[in-house]
Amino acid sequence: MRFVDEFRDSDKAHALAAKIVGLCEPGRQYKLMEVCGGHTHTIYKHGLEDYLPEQITLVHGPGCPVCVIPMGRVDDAMALASQPDVIMTSFGDMMRVPGSNGSFFDAKARGTDIRMVYSPLDSLKIARQNPDKQVIFMAIGFETTAPSTAMTVLRAAAEGLDNFSIFCNHVTIIPAIKAILDSPDLRLDGFIGPGHVSTVIGCRPYEFIARDYGKPVVVAGFEPLDILQSIYLLMLQLSRQESVVQNQYSRVVPWDGNVVALRAIGQTMQLRPYFEWRGLGFISHSALKVRDEYAKYDAEHLFDVPGVRVADPKACQCGEVLKGVLKPWECKVFGTACTPETPIGTCMVSPEGACAAYYNYGRLTRQRVKEATTS
Amino acid sequence: MCLGIPGEIVEFLPDQPDLAKVNVSGVKRVINVGLLADDMPKPGEWVLIHVGFALSKIDEAEAAAALSFLEGIGQAYADELAALADSRIE
Ligand code: SF4
Repeated sequence: MRFVDEFRDSDKAHALAAKIVGLCEPGRQYKLMEVCGGHTHTIYKHGLEDYLPEQITLVHGPGCPVCVIPMGRVDDAMALASQPDVIMTSFGDMMRVPGSNGSFFDAKARGTDIRMVYSPLDSLKIARQNPDKQVIFMAIGFETTAPSTAMTVLRAAAEGLDNFSIFCNHVTIIPAIKAILDSPDLRLDGFIGPGHVSTVIGCRPYEFIARDYGKPVVVAGFEPLDILQSIYLLMLQLSRQESVVQNQYSRVVPWDGNVVALRAIGQTMQLRPYFEWRGLGFISHSALKVRDEYAKYDAEHLFDVPGVRVADPKACQCGEVLKGVLKPWECKVFGTACTPETPIGTCMVSPEGACAAYYNYGRLTRQRVKEATTS
Repeated sequence: MCLGIPGEIVEFLPDQPDLAKVNVSGVKRVINVGLLADDMPKPGEWVLIHVGFALSKIDEAEAAAALSFLEGIGQAYADELAALADSRIE
């Protein structure tokens, strides 16, 4: 794999690491947040923290869409799914997220008609094949998946399908970052900006972080060298007391994002006044709902949704992990009561969740680095 | 679901300019390319696919890198590929 080696060259990694060390001010501690769960995964898988001086701590952010779904919304979805003549469709990642009565998988085992789909467009096919049923798609995700939901609603409208709707749980990343910046718990020095979300929203929306909060942002790719390079760029800005937005991942992310995708979202969805995030609480203007013009496709308009608020299980410390206040292994149930097979909290469900990523790879990290540096 | 999967455009579907057949690790499935309307990919070009929609054009080197990232993820990518194999977008 010649191509991949370019992004994985261990000499280059060590050279970058040395340059990063050179930029650390003596006695100063640095906290950099990677917002996106994909980055968290790469960091643990490749043991990147071990390349960094101890002065730099990587804090894992809230950018894992299933991790931030509050329990109440899972329960609401379950209530929708158990209405007569309803077929609920969902991405695989969502199937294991625990609600207060278990997950979609558990409900499916109890006979509720919940079907796993790869794409929201697959739900349209199910709707066409089942004209006597109402098909509800459990729409989740950040701006990476919202355009797909939007395009699916537009397609349903163009076809005149009248037995398809979405239960919209799309969230937007910027207000979450702002909530973290405003949170008194945590002092961050800079952000490794999300890669895939930025292909849609572009780099401009991060400018307020640099301008108003004085923190640098570098939008990063997913390869180990991408992340080290981005940390280097952040440290370079910090050493020069600069704060701007940089795009390390310009080979995929256009500065202005994907205009067609943004238009599709704008056409079909509007901001909610507020939305609850697991662990982060209510954040204003942080989620999307179906626009009134498309209310026909909005399950919250068509059905009664209980709208319950459910407190997270007592043992669960996902909130602290999502805010980066606790490291995954500092949660009391980590790896004992809570594992990827029997998740208590959402951060253990998705491979992009910090707890699952650490559970799968973190413990191997040091060993691997030792091997890599002695071979 | 958050995983961007690289696929190579094989051909466009006749009469459905928004839909294209792609090759993802040997699995050939139909995806929607409508989000790239401003800069449509051509057969032989690579795109990054999220839940059945091409979200950006990428080059072959990036496709290889993305693929090896996904292979490193293990089970989640296997699940995603299995879901893709079941997908019947039309
Ligand atoms: S170990 Fe489980 S309960 Fe604890 S923070 Fe992680 S996912 Fe949440």
